Amino acid sequence: MASVTAVRGSRRKRMSPAGSRLVPYVFVAPFVVLFIVFLIAPIGVAIANSLFSQQAAGLGFGGVERVFVGLDNYVRALQDHEFVVGFGRVLLYGVVQIPVMMIVAAALALLFDTGLVRGSRFFQFAVFLPYAVPGVIAALLWGFLYQPSVSPLVGGLSALGIDADFLAPGMVLWSIANVATWSTVGINMIILFAALQGVPREMYEAARIDGAGELRIALSIKIPMIAPAVLLTTLSSIIGTLQLFNEPQVLKSITSNIPSDYTPNMAVYAASTLDRNPNLASAMAVVLGLATLVVSVVVLRLTRRRNGVSDGV
Amino acid sequence: MTAGERVSRGWMIACTLAVVVAAVYFLIPVAWLVIASTKSTGDLFSTPGFAFAGFHLWDNLRELSSYDDGIFWRWSLNSIIYSVFGSALTTFVCAITGYALAIYRFRGRKVLLAAVLASMLVPGTVIAQPTYVLLVEMGLNNTYAGLLLPALVYSFGVLLCYIYAQASIPLELVEAARIDGAGEFRIFASMGLRLMRTGLVTVLLFAFLGSWNSYLLPLLVLTDQELMPLTVGLTGWNQSAISIPGLQILTVVGSLISIIPIAIVFISLQRFWRSGLTTGSLRS
Repeated sequence: MASVTAVRGSRRKRMSPAGSRLVPYVFVAPFVVLFIVFLIAPIGVAIANSLFSQQAAGLGFGGVERVFVGLDNYVRALQDHEFVVGFGRVLLYGVVQIPVMMIVAAALALLFDTGLVRGSRFFQFAVFLPYAVPGVIAALLWGFLYQPSVSPLVGGLSALGIDADFLAPGMVLWSIANVATWSTVGINMIILFAALQGVPREMYEAARIDGAGELRIALSIKIPMIAPAVLLTTLSSIIGTLQLFNEPQVLKSITSNIPSDYTPNMAVYAASTLDRNPNLASAMAVVLGLATLVVSVVVLRLTRRRNGVSDGV
Repeated sequence: MTAGERVSRGWMIACTLAVVVAAVYFLIPVAWLVIASTKSTGDLFSTPGFAFAGFHLWDNLRELSSYDDGIFWRWSLNSIIYSVFGSALTTFVCAITGYALAIYRFRGRKVLLAAVLASMLVPGTVIAQPTYVLLVEMGLNNTYAGLLLPALVYSFGVLLCYIYAQASIPLELVEAARIDGAGEFRIFASMGLRLMRTGLVTVLLFAFLGSWNSYLLPLLVLTDQELMPLTVGLTGWNQSAISIPGLQILTVVGSLISIIPIAIVFISLQRFWRSGLTTGSLRS
């Protein structure tokens, strides 16, 4: 790293001053402009909108006017029982779904990495295939497998004497979790597998000579060696969990057990479209964004301290 | 393989068995989809899920093509437009930004890098609603541009390109090209892009998949049926299937068709983007 910096430093001095100094700015300009318009500005719009409210003017004849209401929308959002319950729901979901998904992905990556699996190319294809299925199509697909009228699973289980109702109130959250797990294990497995392939093989040889078994090598060497990749995939799963929308939104059409504000993100969508209250929706979106940010930062801090990972990326 | 000599046959069988169980779980829904697509509406409900009944795939496809004046193919075309144009443009923007961040030292570089990193923690769907408000104000709702432009801000892609550029473009080479009199853009286009190739394929495919999967923003931004991508169109059908029974089988066949192209693209290019993931394996 030091040598690269040195080369860069010397290059800078030799670079012709006129014109070329502008070049990097020209190169990054398209991204910076788009970044401001479609990322910074929406955040600004959301914050601004969240502080206002649309109120009928006069006796309701004069159309609507925009009134500054301060934090009223935030108070309303936080008093909205379903919105708050939705947070609890996705947290519960995340606490279960993320570890299950990560353990399955890691276990599969480790299995493939041992080189012991016959026909591993085909099996890797099978595990990865769901990732190529768009998330909402996956939800549609599982929706069919959950509906008693068409589902071979419900039929098969009842033939075994098990009365399965995947869409029951207490069950539907885990049916959603299953769709998400099915969709995302593949990509996480690939990322972890790619990281495992980069670990120098000599380390395993040394451990074997010291008498370590395969399981011990997997847990004490392989997993710690790929800690940054594990952290990265976990973090993106956490962000994905808090914004859970596609799967429940699609499954909502086949069961009455998923209300339109089942997850925080669905509540934002419902407030914006069904209730036609973009101001309340903005306040909810800001709350959701802040919650995501806080959780992500806390996770980064905690894992950084424990693993001594200096810089995730 | 040395591992093979030391590890018992039992381990090998156990590992393979575990993987077989996993494969069954991952393949079952797709297998059901393929089988269901060949059934008539009646058979869909009356025959066992994993058993073939009368072969109606061609009838289903014909029905799919004619329903609502073939709107399904229009949705497919839209998905292709959003994904192909979107991912190509996204990759270019990411490449040139990541390249500049890696090759040049300029004021504001650190701020930009920090902004890119921080923005990855901003959940995309949270800004969907305000983005929609903004697009309405710009008059871009219900347009192709309204969906294409927001997708170009792909911070993760910029970060990957930055890492690839750093890893794969020797500054001495850039310097040599300059001495030979090549312009900065020429160096980027003919040398930078070529050296970053594996990384760019990775970014391209993830951007492609992102657009192909995109759901919430098109759901908010588009009211015109003619502009909808497959995801929005098919879920709409699924909702209407409650009142229009024939739509159920069309949703099934449509889902199968929507999976085929992306599965082929992603899986056939697997070795490219996979090696891309290893090169920039995000190790500190």
